[in-house]
Amino acid sequence: MRLSQAVPVLLIFSVMVFMLMHLLPGDPALAIAGPDASPEAVQKIREQLGLDRPLIVQLLEWFSHLAVGNFGESLTLKQSVISAVGERLPVTLSLSFVSLVVTLPIGIGLGVVAAYWRNSWIDAWVMVLALLGVSLPGFWVGILSVLYFSVQLGWFPPSGYVPLTEGGVGPWLASLIQPAVVLALFQIGFLARITRSAMLDVLDQDFIRTARAKGVDEWTTISKHAFRNTLIPVVTVLGITLSLLVGGSVVIEQVFALPGIGRLIVQGILNRDYPLVQGTMLLFGFAFVVINILVDIIYTIVDPRVRYG
Amino acid sequence: MAEATILASGEAIAARRRFRVLRKLLHHRSFMAGFIIVAVMVIAALCAPLTGIDPNQMRVRLRFRPPSEVNWFGTDQFGRDLFTRTLYGAQLSLWIGLAVAVLSGVVGAAIGVLSAQFRRLDSLLMRIMDALMAAPAILLAIGLGAALGPQTHSVIIALAVAYIPRTARIVRASALVTRELEFIEAARVSGASSMRIMFKHLLPNASGPLLVQSTFVFAFAILAEAALSFIGIGPPPPAPSWGNIIAEGRQFAVQSWWIMLFPGFAISLAALGMNLLGDGLRDVLDPRLKVES
Repeated sequence: MRLSQAVPVLLIFSVMVFMLMHLLPGDPALAIAGPDASPEAVQKIREQLGLDRPLIVQLLEWFSHLAVGNFGESLTLKQSVISAVGERLPVTLSLSFVSLVVTLPIGIGLGVVAAYWRNSWIDAWVMVLALLGVSLPGFWVGILSVLYFSVQLGWFPPSGYVPLTEGGVGPWLASLIQPAVVLALFQIGFLARITRSAMLDVLDQDFIRTARAKGVDEWTTISKHAFRNTLIPVVTVLGITLSLLVGGSVVIEQVFALPGIGRLIVQGILNRDYPLVQGTMLLFGFAFVVINILVDIIYTIVDPRVRYG
Repeated sequence: MAEATILASGEAIAARRRFRVLRKLLHHRSFMAGFIIVAVMVIAALCAPLTGIDPNQMRVRLRFRPPSEVNWFGTDQFGRDLFTRTLYGAQLSLWIGLAVAVLSGVVGAAIGVLSAQFRRLDSLLMRIMDALMAAPAILLAIGLGAALGPQTHSVIIALAVAYIPRTARIVRASALVTRELEFIEAARVSGASSMRIMFKHLLPNASGPLLVQSTFVFAFAILAEAALSFIGIGPPPPAPSWGNIIAEGRQFAVQSWWIMLFPGFAISLAALGMNLLGDGLRDVLDPRLKVES
């Protein structure tokens, strides 16, 4: 069922991304060429992108390209969108991965701790921290962090990315740890708030009281009974967490000059390279539809009561 | 008391319930904290003209002045007064946040009740919502904002579209529960039109979750607008949007840290205030998500 829904969603998403270029005010060819372009240059772009043909023909062609995995050609990079994204994907994936590794234990851990000692000073502090996490603008924290940890203390490189294959794990991690932690702040706050409320719901249920009443030790009660049931609602927001993570990395990559997909998109926008922006967004959309199906599958593993028929 | 309640008209009961909600809110710590923060920011934004300084006026002799008694937040690379610019930035950010919250709330609510009421429309509308949620919200907003051009209203539209699907889903979920209740059956039997059921019954019963969601959208929108401006897809310079001030001040951050410091505090405070308000409203209005306060 989940798969049969995914197909129309992808179709609708593709049409939306296709329409994006036609939202441009006025003539899209003119907008792409820029205000100083000669009429010949505008005409060349119009023909190159097929903008001189009827909209429906363009749409059909767009789909026929997608069907064979052609996500378009960049106007400025002289390469296909797939290869441009492929080159920068490791950076964004590395950043998201390190950030997720930081987020999950801290976010879930803080939520559990706050719920267990509810209404204590621990709870109050954790919730204030979580609230700050979802309220501070990541790009601003990133700049402050560079000023302090890179410029003042010199602990981390202020910008740039060292691939795993070049310097090994150490330099790779050193180039990523600062942006990853900054990126994680929002997710940690988000996850801690959700985990806390999920855990509070579980702790109030009868089976926890039963477990305690029959003398199960506190650690087993919490780790086996409460925590595992807390994970169920937490897994449902995993897709949202990943989405926030990748969305956030688009912005954070600008602060730390990481040559990832976020920078690719923003440079595409600044250079009016709309085919590149469209193709990249499309790849993102497709990736997330797949990710959400995977999250649903994880969900059935964590909560065997749920079955997608 | 019980007798009085029975005798009271429906409107009196509704009024009493509103009063009870209001009293709960007034006693809710995070709601009041958020309310005070937001109120102070709104007043500060409205008072911006009182500084008597043009936020875009450049005075080359006064470049890079650190915070002082004259320029409370210092001046930037063009000698513009940053306190004044931050206050005008509050006007811009709060306006964008409000517009996004209202627009996504209205459209999302309409889509939510329509899909709950007309089951044939449901799967189409929900697939469209799924499609809008396929890419990360901020990415969708970046793409849309870029396509619509760097203007305040395109930022508003881009962010509203990005947040509509979540609101629509929340309203739909609430309306689906309501429409199974007996009083809807009664309304239908007594000949109420679909319009009447949607707007008189389904929508008012979803108003709690809708208000809570819209408050959080307000907070997200403030953060997202700042991020979009920072990237260069927001209201174009010299508009004193907080994201713009930070983006412009960034290259001077080592020597003139004050340029990017204060707008960042302003963004954080505004988002914090709206998040606190949202937490309070959720505790009081949306018992489904109730977390003890």
